[in-house]
Amino acid sequence: MKATAGVDWCEVVDALAEKHDRKPHALMGILQDLQMEYGHVCPDAQIEVALALGISPTHVSDVISFYHFLCSEPKGQYVVWLCQTISCDMADKDQIAKALSDELGISFGETTGDGLFTLEYTNCMGMCDQAPAMLVNDEVHVSLTPDSAREIIAGYRREGGLG
Amino acid sequence: MNEQVREIGTQIKVTINGEEYTARRGSTVLEICEDNGIPIPTLCAHDDLKPAGICRICVVDINGGWNLETACTWEVHDPDTVITTHSPRIRRARRAILELLLAEHCGECYTCIRGGNCELEDLAEIYGVRDLRFEREDPRFEPDTSSVSIYRDMDKCIQCRRCVRACDELQAVGALGVFGRGPESRVDTFEGMSFDEAVCTNCGQCVAHCPTGALQEIDHTRAVWAAIEDPEKHVVVQTAPAIRAAIGEEFGLPPGTSVTGRMTTALRDLGFDRVFDTNFAADLTILEEGTELLLRLQAALVEGKDVKLPQITSCSPGWIKYIELFYPDLVDHLSTCKSPQQMFGALMKSFYAEEQGIDPEKMVTVSLMPCTAKKFEAQRPEMADSGHQDVDYVLTTREMAQMIKEAGIPFTQLKDSQYDEPFGDASGAALIFGATGGVMEAALRTAYEIVTGREVPFENLNITATRGFEGFKTGSIVLEDVLDEWSFLEGVELKFGIAHGLANAHEVMERLRRGEMDDVHFIEIMACPGGCLGGGGQPIPTTDVIRQARANAIYSEDEGLPIRKSHENPHVNYLYEHYLTDGPCGHRSHELLHTEYTPRGFRLKK
Ligand code: SF4
Ligand code: SF4
Ligand code: FES
Repeated sequence: MKATAGVDWCEVVDALAEKHDRKPHALMGILQDLQMEYGHVCPDAQIEVALALGISPTHVSDVISFYHFLCSEPKGQYVVWLCQTISCDMADKDQIAKALSDELGISFGETTGDGLFTLEYTNCMGMCDQAPAMLVNDEVHVSLTPDSAREIIAGYRREGGLG
Repeated sequence: MNEQVREIGTQIKVTINGEEYTARRGSTVLEICEDNGIPIPTLCAHDDLKPAGICRICVVDINGGWNLETACTWEVHDPDTVITTHSPRIRRARRAILELLLAEHCGECYTCIRGGNCELEDLAEIYGVRDLRFEREDPRFEPDTSSVSIYRDMDKCIQCRRCVRACDELQAVGALGVFGRGPESRVDTFEGMSFDEAVCTNCGQCVAHCPTGALQEIDHTRAVWAAIEDPEKHVVVQTAPAIRAAIGEEFGLPPGTSVTGRMTTALRDLGFDRVFDTNFAADLTILEEGTELLLRLQAALVEGKDVKLPQITSCSPGWIKYIELFYPDLVDHLSTCKSPQQMFGALMKSFYAEEQGIDPEKMVTVSLMPCTAKKFEAQRPEMADSGHQDVDYVLTTREMAQMIKEAGIPFTQLKDSQYDEPFGDASGAALIFGATGGVMEAALRTAYEIVTGREVPFENLNITATRGFEGFKTGSIVLEDVLDEWSFLEGVELKFGIAHGLANAHEVMERLRRGEMDDVHFIEIMACPGGCLGGGGQPIPTTDVIRQARANAIYSEDEGLPIRKSHENPHVNYLYEHYLTDGPCGHRSHELLHTEYTPRGFRLKK
């Protein structure tokens, strides 16, 4: 993930607008690219997107606020998304939530002090047959138990600590 | 092309509640029902805005379909459409929607500024809601009192998005959006900024389109009561041209009732020491701004100087903030004239105070405006050329009506009275400032006569090309047989443009930027649709039908006035003879009556 300090957003967004289009319909594509590259879409970048597409910055941020996988503030290196929709909920997702929270020492919506993990809920990601499920960045983990959830976190902690 | 689409506009037969009606193909169910007097409840629909289908209170049955459909968005194309607007299922669905909205709405009607004029309260009344089926949620928000114009109490918001759409569709500002989703969703600004930091023009169109009390003006009534009740204070009030054609609506009179004489009586009864007409300053504006235009033309045509043309009017503070935010590099196109409100204020605490021997410290200047942006304008730091804040308080039409009611003044029965001297009579030209195109018409009546020595060549001085509600109008007038001193204007075709509503202003500015306005000399821009008569401080509701009625009242009052041209206002001439002795755009008037602008831009401040 690239750092955002000192980035000339005007230039970055201009290149993306060239790639996607300079009309409002290009908004999602541009936001997804920015999110992928930088892990979030900061307010300065949002303003440049708005200017490039001829819409208001408010509407850019209003769209970002609607989608779980877009955000305007940086998150941890690993974002843990626990599914909260019916199948996972009925398969005891609350147990998993508690295990994750305990293991990381944070509540949902928060980021660990070392910046390694952010804990979030997501809605259905299509893994209902293997509930409960969670996503860590773009890797899916299914049929979770409190223990397996803790182990998975420990694994990322090792990986992140090394990297 | 699809056959149905081709036939939009033809007449078809539809069945509503078992009766046959003729309808225009392509109309919405709501439009057809409204035309035929069939009641459909609405909340997110507004005549000024595109249909959005958000609140779902308007549901009806179309052809017995599986789902109920929203009447405000369903266009009827099929000639055999069978519509049912009331049935047990529909009633229950609407009631459930209403009950859910009420559960989220935290507010007490009797302390609400919109009590008695709230669309949600009206529906609760119609549906006989006497208790709440769903438990009321806890308040989620702190009221936002940061803006000098607009007060937000989002716990009263029902998320109909009329404010969002008004700000987008009518004003092209986009200050508001809906953030988050589900129960967390809320109407907010970019980055959740407070209203004073947000990119907002203070125009108040969001307030004027809100069905509830979630958006309101910042209250100045308490401060004005305190001033009136303080025997030490000399409290003067000035009233804008657009008020007299609208304030009657607050007292049950039909839109378009001119109540000038009753209004001045009411203000005097309320306790104002002097009641003046802003129109006096509007006449003054015409002389200053008209002279400024002629000077710019002279500089451009004779001296070959690089002055900015077209000159654009500067009376509308919402428009001023808009150009400062969105076109900061183009503010030099603005006339340097202050708005009539601010010219008046500056003269009150200087000329008037001196003439009357009143200590300006003991004066309180109030203005009665159709506008929330005027509250912002009055508090701009540069608006203190008299050595004091020139205008102390600004009341909207709605606030003033509330004060008159509170005082127990029987408004509709009052006898007419005149404005006080020395700012009493004003011209009809000043009065029509209240309607889009009015400033241009007034300016042309004067400028043409200054240059040619003759009246404008239109029947009864009515320059019809400047009138009407088209978004952007253009026209021209040829200057022929000019007086010697204006010989450089001989044969010049003076081109003008008129826009109202900031979305139209946006179009004009984009064209100006592309160089498509290079041959235009003078443009009038008003922030609100219809001009001041449709201002964000006017009685609610305001729609095109109501705007038209208010405009008719203004134009007919103009026709009946003895003075129709600004330069014939005797008080203005007196002022130039005795106070602003170096004439329009002279040194003294530059000090008091002209101003400068702040290029703001809207990128975040680092
Ligand atoms: S005051 Fe005008 S610009 Fe500001 S949010 Fe309301 S409608 Fe938009
Ligand atoms: S503030 Fe008013 S207009 Fe805006 S969404 Fe809420 S209720 Fe509707
Ligand atoms: S009025 Fe039709 S959905 Fe709101």
